[in-house]
Amino acid sequence: MTRSFLAKNPSVLAFLAILALFTLVVTVLAEGSGSGVISTSFVKTLGKTLCLCLIALAMDLVWGYAGVLSLGHFAFFALGGYMIGMWLMYARTEDIVIQSLSGSELPPTAEEIAAGIGNQIFGVVGGSEIPAIWHFAGSLPAQLALVVLVPGLLAALFGWLAFRSRVTGVYLSILTQAMTLALALYLFQNDSGLRGNNGLSGLQNIPGLGQVSQSVLSIWFFWASAAALGMAYLLAAWIVSGKFGSALRAIRDDEARVRFLGYSVESYKLFIFTLTAVIAAIAGALYYPQAGIINPAELAPIASIYLAVWVAIGGRGRLYGAVIGAAFVSLLSSWFTGGRAPDIPLGFYTIKWVDWWSIALGLSFVLVTLFAPKGIGGLFDLVQGRLAPARGGADLGPDDGSLQEREALK
Amino acid sequence: MSTLLEVSGISVTFDGFRAINNLSFQIGPAELRAIIGPNGAGKTTFMDIVTGKTRPDEGRVIWGERSISLLKLSEAQIARAGIGRKFQRPTVFEDQSVTENLLLALKASRNPLAALLWKPKAADMDRVQALATQVGLLDALPRKAGELSHGQKQWLEIGMLLAQEPRLLLVDEPAAGMTLAEREQTTALLVDLAKTRAVVVVEHDMEFVRRLNCRVTVLHEGAVLAEGSLDHVTKNQDVIDVYLGR
Repeated sequence: MTRSFLAKNPSVLAFLAILALFTLVVTVLAEGSGSGVISTSFVKTLGKTLCLCLIALAMDLVWGYAGVLSLGHFAFFALGGYMIGMWLMYARTEDIVIQSLSGSELPPTAEEIAAGIGNQIFGVVGGSEIPAIWHFAGSLPAQLALVVLVPGLLAALFGWLAFRSRVTGVYLSILTQAMTLALALYLFQNDSGLRGNNGLSGLQNIPGLGQVSQSVLSIWFFWASAAALGMAYLLAAWIVSGKFGSALRAIRDDEARVRFLGYSVESYKLFIFTLTAVIAAIAGALYYPQAGIINPAELAPIASIYLAVWVAIGGRGRLYGAVIGAAFVSLLSSWFTGGRAPDIPLGFYTIKWVDWWSIALGLSFVLVTLFAPKGIGGLFDLVQGRLAPARGGADLGPDDGSLQEREALK
Repeated sequence: MSTLLEVSGISVTFDGFRAINNLSFQIGPAELRAIIGPNGAGKTTFMDIVTGKTRPDEGRVIWGERSISLLKLSEAQIARAGIGRKFQRPTVFEDQSVTENLLLALKASRNPLAALLWKPKAADMDRVQALATQVGLLDALPRKAGELSHGQKQWLEIGMLLAQEPRLLLVDEPAAGMTLAEREQTTALLVDLAKTRAVVVVEHDMEFVRRLNCRVTVLHEGAVLAEGSLDHVTKNQDVIDVYLGR
């Protein structure tokens, strides 16, 4: 059964092979394995990029296949990061507090330890009590479960309310964006219990792995990110290849017609929205230990818009397109905004890429949408000689999210 | 004779315009019925109400042996209960192949999890082949539906409707955009289908209705003006007035 699935989807095998090769090359060249061609910070950048590819994959499922342009998936990504960050910060602070109290004559009581942790973590927002939402923070399995549960339940609740009311198209996008913004504003408050705008920090230090150097840890997280991306790609390819995927694409192009076939469009949308929120959360949980810090600015609506831009530039409605788009644009973006790109002197004005990059990105998004709607993924069609259908400019369905003529394949 | 669908006393108003006015209608489990009427008579609104797209302001719509009220069900639930609808313009999923279109319509559980785990069995593929043969699209199975001609899309949609195995078929202007030969084929198919299920055909074309050779319901201003054989209703003075003007 698996063989026939892979045989029917050769691109999946190619993708996994390339991913494995890439992982191997990076591992061999990384600082942590001795050769040091690739610095630890760049290994982390690559690992984070794989996490961004993972959330782009989720975005492609929900937008490229189901036509739901969610501008809220970075909220689920950040929530996943917060959930793992709570354990990282709590467990590490606990170790530090116990160590500092070990000098005293009497062994420290549980209350003393808790007070110490509370002071350490929440002193910055003027508190010392550990908020109730940190109840499970001492337990890794519990917080790992929350990585999936909190974003999953939020997505399920939000999706249930929105899809049941048949909110579609641009209105749904605005609603998801409002959700993201509301969540960000809430987390910015000091009394939200998650350290307000300070966010959670020191996440790169893994409790219990103090003796392992960052150069080795970075490779471990790189592997975990690559494995998560590979498995999610396999899952996504399996989902879109069967009848469920067929129903999703049908919903994207003409959801009213799908209803008259007897499919409950709402359940399908809810299912894919929640599933992709969970994938986004897992991506976030792998991303932030590599980034080291998370704060509410990560939830800014612009992040979710960038996500849509990556998927559009990579090519909507094809899984590898989303991955390529996220990797290409985010790496390029970190190069341009990292100050390493050479300035362009025009005599009367010098183009500094740090300032001009977002304008260049915006412009290229507009140009891709207008002139190459298939994005980078379309290059593969060019090589294979696959054409877009000649439809005289007509979209493939009446809905807002439906594929355009030039996005589709003959 | 038992009734499959009973619509009684429904009315619906859009922004003060009474699209359906105290309309009653019933059809048996194996019956062919044509609905005719001038533009704006409420034909499409009537179909919208039966399929759950529009909710009537008053009246009842009762379905099947267990007399279920369709007014409480969603479009998808009504479709699952056994009412299939063919739209005036062919609506197929243009980005997907003819096979995928037919598989999607094939009678099976509509639950998302069931769809996720569903695999076509040999019997399902045979059914797709048989349906494609029946609507003359066997050679087009791997092609994308968007590439088909207008007439072929109409046939594909009919094929999808058959794949659903509905107990009541609502067909909106099936002959539109078809050649003469195709019209004859469609007539034969509809007559044949009505032997085992209820079929309601909405049509403008009197010639087509005559070939169907069935009971006719004439709608006018959202209400039933006359009902009976085509010869009977065309002799009716009210019908003549409405169609030919006073």
